[in-house]
Amino acid sequence: MSLVLTLASRNLFHDRLRFVATLVGIVFSVVLVMIQMGLFLGFGRMVTTMIDHASADLWVLPKGAKCFEDPSLLDANLRDKVASVDGVASVVPLVIGFSDWRLESGEVTPVFIVGADLRDRTLQPWNVVEGDVRALSQAGTVAVDRSYFERLGISKIGSTAEIRGRRVKVVALTDGIRSFTTTPYVFVDLKNARNYTGTFPERASSLLVRVKPGADRASVLQAVQAKVTDAEVLTSAEFRSRSRSFWLFGTGAGAALFAGAILGVIVGTVIVAQTLYSSTKDHLSEFATLRAMGSSNSYIYAVIIYQALLNAVIGFIIAAAIGWVVVEVTAKSALPIVITPWLIAGLFVLTVIMCVASAIGAIVRVVRIDPATVFMR
Amino acid sequence: MSEIIVEAKDIKKTLGRGAGEVQALRGIDLSLRRGELTLLMGPSGSGKTTLLLILGCMLAPSSGTATVCGTSTSSVDTEGLAKIRRDHIGFVFQTYHLFPTLTAAQNVQLALDIRGEHGRRAAKKAREALTMVGLEQKSDTLPGELSGGEQQRVAIARAFVANPSVILADEPTAALDGENGRTIMRILADAAHDRNRAVLVVTHDPRIVPFADRILDIEDGRLVGEQRGGSEQARMPKAAAFP
Repeated sequence: MSLVLTLASRNLFHDRLRFVATLVGIVFSVVLVMIQMGLFLGFGRMVTTMIDHASADLWVLPKGAKCFEDPSLLDANLRDKVASVDGVASVVPLVIGFSDWRLESGEVTPVFIVGADLRDRTLQPWNVVEGDVRALSQAGTVAVDRSYFERLGISKIGSTAEIRGRRVKVVALTDGIRSFTTTPYVFVDLKNARNYTGTFPERASSLLVRVKPGADRASVLQAVQAKVTDAEVLTSAEFRSRSRSFWLFGTGAGAALFAGAILGVIVGTVIVAQTLYSSTKDHLSEFATLRAMGSSNSYIYAVIIYQALLNAVIGFIIAAAIGWVVVEVTAKSALPIVITPWLIAGLFVLTVIMCVASAIGAIVRVVRIDPATVFMR
Repeated sequence: MSEIIVEAKDIKKTLGRGAGEVQALRGIDLSLRRGELTLLMGPSGSGKTTLLLILGCMLAPSSGTATVCGTSTSSVDTEGLAKIRRDHIGFVFQTYHLFPTLTAAQNVQLALDIRGEHGRRAAKKAREALTMVGLEQKSDTLPGELSGGEQQRVAIARAFVANPSVILADEPTAALDGENGRTIMRILADAAHDRNRAVLVVTHDPRIVPFADRILDIEDGRLVGEQRGGSEQARMPKAAAFP
């Protein structure tokens, strides 16, 4: 094995204080980027959680609807038109909207009603940990997530409250269905949803369409679109993308997260560049000796780049461990930080690029070394 | 007559500019042969180091030509000059220039590493070179834990290990006491005689004269004298060279 790695590691570990300072810079930078991107991914997942869990191939939406939570309504009678299209298996109306939840104490808190025809199982509560979703077909029944017990003033199955002055009873509990708006989701039957949101029977928030097995989805979409000219038809993927774009970029939230991530990269690069440059400067006489002995420039660059890579690998391992702790801690929070294998891989590549780019300053300094300086006394 | 390894013809070198301009070398003709230890002696400022830098391919002459192992150093870029040094020249510096974070063996092995020789074979060669300078027991010792003489022997092992044709040594005994200086000079003389290398030692230390086969005197940038070392040795036995 070449001594390049040995020389690089000894240069690096020789000055422990500087090495620690470099690692702090890298870890700070990578953790910052990781959290920002993890928030971005977590936010992206949360804003589309209803779309992700709806078993629909197509969504018929009011024109210009920007996201799942869009309050616009469409004509529910379109259901028959859509159902008549060849290749359509089922069409289920969905009613959503904000409402008031009155606790036993008399306090009122906003909730977000999600109501679909539960017989079709197109969009019903998932991760049910207690109770029975089938009971939602009865009047005055709801399913909520247990993480909202305190907010909703309830403690168990069978607890009661009021929505828009109507008595409701909790018949099912879910786990982990949290809203990024912090407003609790309340699952109800379609008919109850109309009552709780004040939606007229001939109106609906959207229509969830299932395509028959074997039917060409694109053709069915075109045919449905042709039938419902005053509404918009999107695939689930398109609707997911539109929702995500709206919340992440339409609101500026995504841009803020990206700005934070870019700031992290800049801070990390500057810190690593500075410490690497200073380390190289301290070892200039050694690099000059190498040059005098006849070493090629590439050999010297390799020493510096190995130093940068060692920084990157060690810094990344520490940052990844911190990231793992952050993921665990935020898993049950209102906005969990999501770190995917792709994000980890991307961050590693970014860390390596950041550290190697930081080496440029040091390399430029080394290029100017005059080997004759080793003879100066 | 043995083979000429390094040859300089009418080397001139001007340092500085304008009012600070200095004629460091004023037309030097010189050749270094295999199996010969040559001393280049002269007072401070006489041009010794400048000539060494030119012969060591680290400084370009203002005029004249230098040839190392048949390769002219004229019109060669810095990477090309580094290659000539790598392929043909071993250096010994006055202040050793060992890498403080590497062991003695690793310091020696580094000279092979930059030449693309890695692994066990290189490590074995490095140990052999250390044995040659009597430091086999100090292979795993850091330079900071070695005496000045030991450090210089490690530096010599490093200069020899890749088997260069020429060794250029700059004041190799200046920082050493008599015993260590003698040891170093014996090793350098052996390198010239037993291993058939050309060795040039730049010095102003008269104690090392007895080890020389040839002595070149330089003054004001000119070679002003040449003596064969044999007669000098006769006047001053090696044992008495260092007090």
